[in-house]
Amino acid sequence: MDVRAQVSMVFHLDKCIGCHTCSVACKNIWTDRKGTEYMWWNNVETKPGTGYPTVWEDQEKYKGGWTKNERGLSLKLHGRVGGLSNLFHNPYLPTVDDYYEPWTYDYEHLFNAPEGDDQPTARAVSMITGKPMEIEAGPNWDDDYGGSPIYAENDPNLDALTEEERAQLTEMERVVFFYLPRICNHCLNPGCVAACPAGSVYKRGEDGIVLLSQEKCRAWRMCVSGCPYKKTYYNWSTGKSEKCILCYPRLESGQAPACFHSCVGRIRYLGVLLYDASRIEATAAVPDRDLVDAHRAIIQDPRDPQVIAAARANGVSDAMIDAAQKSPVYRFVKQWRLALPLHAEFRTLPMLFYVPPMLPVLAKVKDGRYDNADAASTSLAPLLSSLERARMPLRYMAKLLSAGNEEVIAASYRKLIAVRIYMRSKTASGISDAEVQEALRVGETTPEEVEAIFQLTAKPTFEERFVVPPLGREAAIEAMRDPLEQKREGGFGFRKAPVRGA
Amino acid sequence: MWDSVLFVAFPYVAITIAILMAIVRYRTDRFSYSSLSSQFLESRALFWGSVPWHYGVIPILGAHLLALVFPGFWGDLIADEMRLYVLEVTGLALALMTVVGLALLIVRRVRNARVLAVTSTMDWLLLVVLLVQVALGTWVALVYRWGSDWYLHTAVPWLLSLLRFEPQTQYVTALPWVVKLHMLGGFLVILLFPFTRLVHLVTFPVTYLWRPIQVVIWNRRAQG
Repeated sequence: MDVRAQVSMVFHLDKCIGCHTCSVACKNIWTDRKGTEYMWWNNVETKPGTGYPTVWEDQEKYKGGWTKNERGLSLKLHGRVGGLSNLFHNPYLPTVDDYYEPWTYDYEHLFNAPEGDDQPTARAVSMITGKPMEIEAGPNWDDDYGGSPIYAENDPNLDALTEEERAQLTEMERVVFFYLPRICNHCLNPGCVAACPAGSVYKRGEDGIVLLSQEKCRAWRMCVSGCPYKKTYYNWSTGKSEKCILCYPRLESGQAPACFHSCVGRIRYLGVLLYDASRIEATAAVPDRDLVDAHRAIIQDPRDPQVIAAARANGVSDAMIDAAQKSPVYRFVKQWRLALPLHAEFRTLPMLFYVPPMLPVLAKVKDGRYDNADAASTSLAPLLSSLERARMPLRYMAKLLSAGNEEVIAASYRKLIAVRIYMRSKTASGISDAEVQEALRVGETTPEEVEAIFQLTAKPTFEERFVVPPLGREAAIEAMRDPLEQKREGGFGFRKAPVRGA
Repeated sequence: MWDSVLFVAFPYVAITIAILMAIVRYRTDRFSYSSLSSQFLESRALFWGSVPWHYGVIPILGAHLLALVFPGFWGDLIADEMRLYVLEVTGLALALMTVVGLALLIVRRVRNARVLAVTSTMDWLLLVVLLVQVALGTWVALVYRWGSDWYLHTAVPWLLSLLRFEPQTQYVTALPWVVKLHMLGGFLVILLFPFTRLVHLVTFPVTYLWRPIQVVIWNRRAQG
């Protein structure tokens, strides 16, 4: 057993209101520089939708992630020789048009325009060429179903649905969508790391954060293709790739990453997971339908004495183990089995998990009244049937969050429904105990567990949501440099401005 | 006098500056070591320019180097008439590929506003020098047939004499001016190497063939 620690994440989709505060917080800190204007290390997509970059989930187009074959796992993008032979032109690299051309407005014209009969306007100006441009796409072009059916229709996950189901999604008064915030998954088996010919992308041993060395990157741009989530980006100005760094400078000083910290809906949880690194390859190579279970199995119980011993032997600090024991992520993912990895079939073992959204049940306006079957009755029918009668077909959610295995995501949903019914029975009258017990049985849960889920879902404190582990920054620096010297000379970041080379 | 300046002093100066400045740049400004790919801004035309260019110029450079390092082997290789023909024809075809590819790359840089926006003065200088250099090379291959042979008895002894620090220019001074220009062009490219994006040449990631597929870096593994 090779136990390592991983700073992991849970996003509770039920609570996401799609406000993009996380995206803006991230942008203001990290990607407001030249060459990064188009990058959104954190972005929020509407699902169903094509996302950012457009149809990023279509790996026939982008060749991201891994594929399972006789030899085990291999990158969809290339083998080692093939990778080197495609250096001069990577056939699967998305171009800026797959994201959008960044622009600003010519505001000065509003002040400097010569006197005339018309009001001056501020035209859109490309941030790449500096020339006037037509805006044809943006980072959230199909937000809230905007522009559908042109955009959302192309969502690759909709392939799982029948024509009838697809039509029903956008039917007036039954329309359904939800938000999917995405950052780098800091995977256990990252495709970007494996694809980089220069070896510039790496995983930090201590906390599992995936970083990209700006000094080692040579712009071979294979990481952009290798990541199936399209969460490595090419800086067209500096000629270096960049990616989400999980705000490690913030983490190292005990703060949650900016997107977590600023989340209005408080949907984000951060904590440590201990995992068995010796099983990464075997876990990523199981058949599709077993992927989620295998992913859960590689995560180790932080209270198991054997696991603790193995972690200590690997240099994981006691403070880190303590953080792992308090981890909200461990509870959501492993203990309660509610949170699921996004597109497990890409086989990168993403360490960002999503609690699926409880979508509204099917309803129609009947005789001028809103009717969702039994909504008028005081019974629990609408809640009990919310899985079977959900507006969003389960198959769609399964394609997104459980590699197509409907049983896995249904189990998660049943537990979420049990939580709702149980908590409702505590405040609303007329709910029979038999019904509550039945919901708990179907949800495979207990009143104690439900209370705990409710507590961490609805009323968690800041400290309960973000169990930021001590990353031992001082100790790490001391191991290599004299702290006084470091303080005097090191400062932060580059000692020179990162200018584009000649 | 001019022969000594051009065929002795200039090569030594070019190589010295190239090596020193490449090391200085690597040590002081590693961030600037990049191929500065512009594929993200424009992909289609790049394919038709970059692929013929690289797949043309790498084997040609390789052949120049091979004959220099193993002149005996090269002599045996071209001793057979058939092999000589094949080499000459392949070389010419590759040379044409480099000229066409590079010309396309230049047109692309001029015509695509996005790529133009990320093109530096040094890029333009390098592109022009490279185009002149490969065009001269192609001309030499076309006009002065059997270069695979006479290269071995002119440029190779001259270059080897330079490497031995016993410069002897008589091997090359009598050659036609086109050939001489091509030789000087080669050293001009070497001179430009540390000051342009050409530095990406020495960072070719050959280690990708054998490195562990996943990279994990620890801060202080020893303490564990």
